[in-house]
Amino acid sequence: MEIDRDILLLMLRRMWMIRNFELKVMEVHSAGEFSGAAHPYIGEEAVAVGACAALEDTDYITGNHRSHGHPIAKGGRVDKAMAELYGRVDGYCKGKGGSMHLADYSIGILGESGILGSSVPVAVGAALAAHIRGDKFVSMAFFGDGASNQGALHESMNLASVWNLPVIFLCENNQYAVTTSYAETVAVDHVSDRASAYNMPGMLVDGQDAIAMYEATSAAVKRARAGEGPTLIEGLTYRFEEHSLGLGRVARGAYRDEAEIAEWRKRDPLDILEKTLISQGIATREECDAINAETVEEVEKATEFARNSPFPEPEDLFEDMWANPIPLP
Amino acid sequence: MAQTVFLEAINQAIQEEMRRDESVFILGEDIRRAIYGATADLLSEFGEKRVLDTPLSENGFFGAAIGASLVGMRPVVETLTSFMWVAMDQLISQAAKMRYMFGGQATLPVVFRASMFYGAGSAAHHSDRSYPMFMNMPGIKIIVPSNPADMKGLLKTAIRDDDPTIVFEDGTLFGMRGEVPDNSELPGEELLVPFGEARTVREGTDCTIVAIGGAVNHSIAAADQLAAEGISVEVIDPRTLVPLDKKSILESVEKTGRLVIADPAHKVCSAASEIASIVSEEGFWSLQAPIQKVASEQVHIPYTPSLEKHVYPDAPKIIAAVRRTLES
Repeated sequence: MEIDRDILLLMLRRMWMIRNFELKVMEVHSAGEFSGAAHPYIGEEAVAVGACAALEDTDYITGNHRSHGHPIAKGGRVDKAMAELYGRVDGYCKGKGGSMHLADYSIGILGESGILGSSVPVAVGAALAAHIRGDKFVSMAFFGDGASNQGALHESMNLASVWNLPVIFLCENNQYAVTTSYAETVAVDHVSDRASAYNMPGMLVDGQDAIAMYEATSAAVKRARAGEGPTLIEGLTYRFEEHSLGLGRVARGAYRDEAEIAEWRKRDPLDILEKTLISQGIATREECDAINAETVEEVEKATEFARNSPFPEPEDLFEDMWANPIPLP
Repeated sequence: MAQTVFLEAINQAIQEEMRRDESVFILGEDIRRAIYGATADLLSEFGEKRVLDTPLSENGFFGAAIGASLVGMRPVVETLTSFMWVAMDQLISQAAKMRYMFGGQATLPVVFRASMFYGAGSAAHHSDRSYPMFMNMPGIKIIVPSNPADMKGLLKTAIRDDDPTIVFEDGTLFGMRGEVPDNSELPGEELLVPFGEARTVREGTDCTIVAIGGAVNHSIAAADQLAAEGISVEVIDPRTLVPLDKKSILESVEKTGRLVIADPAHKVCSAASEIASIVSEEGFWSLQAPIQKVASEQVHIPYTPSLEKHVYPDAPKIIAAVRRTLES
């Protein structure tokens, strides 16, 4: 598949943006600049970036607790994302959502969900609207291997298939639900094997390879827009860091060993994409490094923006409850 | 003015709103064949894309309705109260919380119509009157109509409202006939009942009964019997519990000095509890007697009629409660 150079470079930029955003989050979180849970996406960047590069701004996504990568991958703003983590008024949700609930309705990011599997029926609903109105947009639900065991996934995939909806079920299989391994919790070898139960195509993709993710998702998007229904894509990937920053350090040895982590770190999605771009003459080493440096700079500015944004005022507590407001009880 | 059956009123409201606005669609189990009656003839008029029969997947299709509402549709979900338990994740974690959690970005004009089939041998799994649980959760508007006209007018308002709404449709009223004005008789030629405005069903001076859903008719019967003894009872129907018209309730209690609350829900943390709490806090000096709650006994709904009939508020229980307020 011939991929436009601009798309390849955009993918590299977004992957570096996520990586550098997450590194900054880990730094400022451990420095105590904000509290609360935050779940780093480091190691998994190629999955969301490759998948979202196949979407338009008018397409919709929903996501989960590991929530910084999806909005950035879809073109969200790092300054508003960072300000949200800092709990400030200029954050995406004016400080009411925090790390696990980023959303940007101006570019189809319908919101991340801290309840796993819960945002998947919502994505099916966006696709249902396209189906009823005859619109051409598609929707994509990100979920993990852990959430693949939720009833919501079964209900959503069955519903999307019987109604032939333009939705892509995108499983980020990072192989651990917090500390519990895939093998302990999933009855099939691959989440994508479950697609046959819903009469839809299932694709198992190397989730460290952004280009492979882009190609697979593009095929699924094409099917969806052509009215051919849903697809289940599994990006096989790995979480390089711990589950969450706010929950205390979990002993790695307790559930995964250092050798396994080291093995997966050799397959860093940024290295893989950069090597491909350089070897194919699409970008030089210097160009790749410049993109990295530019995103470092943008994340620094975003962090300053977040630090300088005020906290909400007490009266803001009561804003945003209702579209058609009612008196307080 | 036409005599209309409660179920017909539901049907009229949906039909009128689907004609008026193409973004309104309805989904639920067995609605194309209208097994409960409320969705009769919708399929033939509006077609398969706007009248959707769903699999038995409440969590899935409630979520689908929520997602569709986020991108400009106005879904109406038909379900039973008892099936909402299966979809609580979507109702609470998504419908109720999304707008606030996303800083006002999400707008969810979605209506859940939940039938409450209590009182006719449906037993524990099909008899829930669960609105108090949802009153406890911010983010959902709650309607409990007590007659055909309010049913129609409130449902139409709910479909046009931009927030998630649950309409608790009292199954004991499905066959009730009542006057529903023809559209041609109305200003604007349609029946719209605003949220947050209680209806004074009957005026009186000795005691106020605030009655919810099916308890309104029992309260009217109680008031009739008490009137024969010279006791004058005022009956107030809040019609919507979120928002709640506490002003009308407090004004009535200020006039009568006594309050009975008749609520088909379980008595602990019921709508009656909340109303009693409001009047205790804000209307205490109007009271001449302790507030009386007449709500369902704190047991599950037994199947056998010999037991079930003792669970809910009825006219004799309401009369006894009014008498207790007058003894003080």
